Amino acid sequence: MVIYGVALLSFCMLIGMFAGDLLGEVLGVQANVGGVGVAMILLLLLSNFDSRRLTLSPITEQGVGFWSAMYIPIVVAMAAQQNVVGALSSGWMAIVAGVVAVAASFAMIPVLARVGHGDQDAS
Amino acid sequence: MLLDVLGRVMSANGLITAFVFVGALVWVSYLISSTLTRGRIHGSAIAIALGLVLAWYGGLSTGGSRGIADLPLLAGVGTMGGAMLRDFAIVATAFGADLRTLKKAGLVGAMSIVIGVLLSFVVGAVVAVLFGYTDPVAVTTIGAGAATYIVGPVTGTALGASSDIIALSVAAGLTKSVLVMVGTPLVAPRIGLNTPHAALIYGGLMGTTSGVAGGLAATDPTLVPYGAMTATFYTGVGCLLAPSVLYLGVRVFL
Repeated sequence: MVIYGVALLSFCMLIGMFAGDLLGEVLGVQANVGGVGVAMILLLLLSNFDSRRLTLSPITEQGVGFWSAMYIPIVVAMAAQQNVVGALSSGWMAIVAGVVAVAASFAMIPVLARVGHGDQDAS
Repeated sequence: MLLDVLGRVMSANGLITAFVFVGALVWVSYLISSTLTRGRIHGSAIAIALGLVLAWYGGLSTGGSRGIADLPLLAGVGTMGGAMLRDFAIVATAFGADLRTLKKAGLVGAMSIVIGVLLSFVVGAVVAVLFGYTDPVAVTTIGAGAATYIVGPVTGTALGASSDIIALSVAAGLTKSVLVMVGTPLVAPRIGLNTPHAALIYGGLMGTTSGVAGGLAATDPTLVPYGAMTATFYTGVGCLLAPSVLYLGVRVFL
């Protein structure tokens, strides 16, 4: 049943958000720490479970697959409701800070990617 | 009368209106992609860029902060692209991701988050100093804003920064998130962003969930779960480090 897939996905998200909020409380920060990440790992674990009881039927998988396919349209909707005017109208300092931060972060990707691969070669 | 009824139906069924609106937007974008650019620029990249342009137009015409979703007829776009459905769809992309890649990149992924927060913070703080800010609280808040637009206000509130400084930190974070969305597909080939491993590092370094979500969608949707996985920890780590260790660090220098 499609609803099983949707329910499984929703269950993973709720548990993940719960864990993320709880972790935020424990650390004393006013933010959700890794809630989506925990939910993703949970979904991965549950859907990769090597047990006959938890094997998902193709129709159940559609309940997850639909939302996965809706990802790009949802991101387009997200882009359409960003505060672009706010970002552009607060003066140069905010824009310069944002631009340089992004440029520096982009430049670090190849450096770190090499470090990661170096580790794998050594092991 | 016809238009009145149509408007009433559209706002009463906001989310459904948003589906039609976004569907049409995506369709136009893929048409532009295949005809005007001959497929060289990905349709989703164009769709996201058009979305941002519409958000800019919406902000200008309504004076609100929620882009096109501030137009009453398109309020449903706010629901469709809001945090709840966004996170729901991101979690769904994990379905079918490779567990082994995630395990292998665990350490470098964690490293990239901390380095990403530090890097953006230092850059933001240095820019603040260059623009004449000397108050450690202001410099820390703006540095935190350069991490993400959530870390900025959380840090500013914790340290007691004034509201105009907090607004600046949000603007720095917004600039970052918009730029990551637009810039990622353009620089992806040059920085080697084409493997799940690189996407994990990218997510950790960039950290802005919306930026990473949009940037990877426009580059290669199969990389989304890997980037999103690390990005989701970034804001938490930023909120943890900025008002504490990083603030103390700033006070050493100022």
